[in-house]
Order: sequence, then C-alpha cells, then structure tokens
Amino acid sequence: MMHLPNHWPYIAASYALTLGCSLVLGVGAALRLRKSKARLAAVEGHARRRERSAS
Amino acid sequence: MRPTPNLLHRYANPGQFLRLARTLLPWLTGGAIVFLVVGVIWGLFIAPADWQQGDTVRIMYVHVPMAWLASSCYLGLAICGVLSLVWRHPLADLAAIEIGPVGACAAALCLITGSLWGEPMWGTWWVWDARLTSMLVLFFLYLGHIALIRAFDEPARGQRAAAILALAGVIDLPIIKFSVQWWNTLHQPDSITLTGAPTMSMMMLWPLLICTIGFTLGVAAVIFTRLSAAIHESRARQMMARSRLDRRDSQAA
Repeated sequence: MMHLPNHWPYIAASYALTLGCSLVLGVGAALRLRKSKARLAAVEGHARRRERSAS
Repeated sequence: MRPTPNLLHRYANPGQFLRLARTLLPWLTGGAIVFLVVGVIWGLFIAPADWQQGDTVRIMYVHVPMAWLASSCYLGLAICGVLSLVWRHPLADLAAIEIGPVGACAAALCLITGSLWGEPMWGTWWVWDARLTSMLVLFFLYLGHIALIRAFDEPARGQRAAAILALAGVIDLPIIKFSVQWWNTLHQPDSITLTGAPTMSMMMLWPLLICTIGFTLGVAAVIFTRLSAAIHESRARQMMARSRLDRRDSQAA
C-alpha cells in the first residue's frame, strides 16, 4: 500500500481559518445589529421626549 | 427615473426588507449551523480519503464552498450595481457596501485554503496558473470595490464608481469558471458541472454539497444581518441630523 505523509496540519489550518473567519463575521454582524438597534431606539426615544417637551 | 419592476419596488422599501430579514434570519442561521455541523463532521471524519491525495482531499470541503461564495458574492455586487445605476434602488448601494467585505473574505479564504492544499500536493504554495490568477484578480476587484465605495466625501459618487467597477469586473467570473478548459492549467478541471455527471465519488460529493449549502446559508445570514444593521444605522444618522437641524432652527427663532 502506498504510504502517504501526514497532512493533517494543513487540513486543520484550512478548517480553523475558514470556520474561525465565518464565526468572526457572524458574531460581528450580530453584535453590530444589536448595537445599531439600541442606538436607533435611543435616538428615537430622545426625539420623542423632545417633541413632547416642545408641545 | 425608469419604472422599477414590481418585485424590486416591493423590497426597495427598507421597512419591508427589515420585516423580510426578521422572518428569514432565524431560518438562515439555524440552517447554516445544522448543515455546517453535519458537513464538517462528515468531511473531516467520515468521508473517505482519496487514493491519490490521501486526507488532503478534505480541504476541498471548505475550499470549494469558498470559491463558489466568492464568485456568487461578486455576482451579487454586479446585480447591486445594475439596480443602483439603472433603477436607483435605495437598498442596492447599502447592500453593495455590506456584500463587499464578505465576498473579499470568501475570496481570501479560497486562495489561502487552495495554498494549504497546493503545498503538500503540488509542492508549492502558489503557481501563476490561470485559475489561481483569475481568483487573485477577483480578490483585488473586491479590495478595489471596498476602497472605492468609501473613497469620496459624497457617498453617492463612491457608490456610482463602485457600481461601475463591479459591472466591469464581472468579466472575471466566466474567466474563473472556464480557465481550466481554455488553458492548460495545473489546477484540476471542474468535478461538478451542470451538464455532465460528477466525476467524484458520491461519498465525497454529499459532504461537499452539505458544506456548500451550510456556508451559503451562513453568508446569506451574515449579509442580511449586516444590511439590517446598516439600515438601522442610516435611520439613526438621519434622525440625529434632523434633530440637529430642529435645534438650530429653534435657536435661530
């Protein structure tokens, strides 16, 4: 039987990089969405308070 | 302004898009996690080793989906370019800003995992092969698009220039696809085609398809999330600008 050298470091590096980058992109996008929603809610709340005080 | 087709017009409304994203996101995210867990375990531990490549063939289960996604995301950029230039679709420019970095990431991962496969198999990290070079050109097109869309003080100018670049660069997609047929390349020919039977074992084809579906759903979820965040950020910016104007008006009065 043909002997094949151990290539697992290359395989592990490929999977780690791909899954790691996917995880970073996914978590980064989720955190950004949460932050943007909170910011919009704060801005809307501020605008509502201003309108109420003006009226 | 030209009339917009019905379907495009429907989702030109950011509120409508946010409702669609809220419905789709849990399904896209859940589907991506399930498909990726099954695909990665199958690809790493269950699929057989290749008689020639040995276990290195397992790199294909992440390399091929990244190549597919890099090309698909660029096609998405080009479609956004058409929607922006022809119909001035309000979400197209925002979508182009959000798709660019995700596609660049897929192209970079495709090149890196390809190198990690090439070193043990070809004995080199890189060759100036037609397939590899055209994929490198795609990565540079992504970088150019990302830089150009943010390069101007007036965002509309950057978005217009980037849309033109996306449309011009789409010529690279058929070059990537057919490079292995048009030129004598070191890169192997396509194992899966639309017209012919796959040239690989079904035991390898299944995990490849499952990983491809998983990464595609994941990238769709990331793009929907980024685009939703961009819409929220844009609304917050508009409201802050309006309140600043109101404050200035009341001070002037």
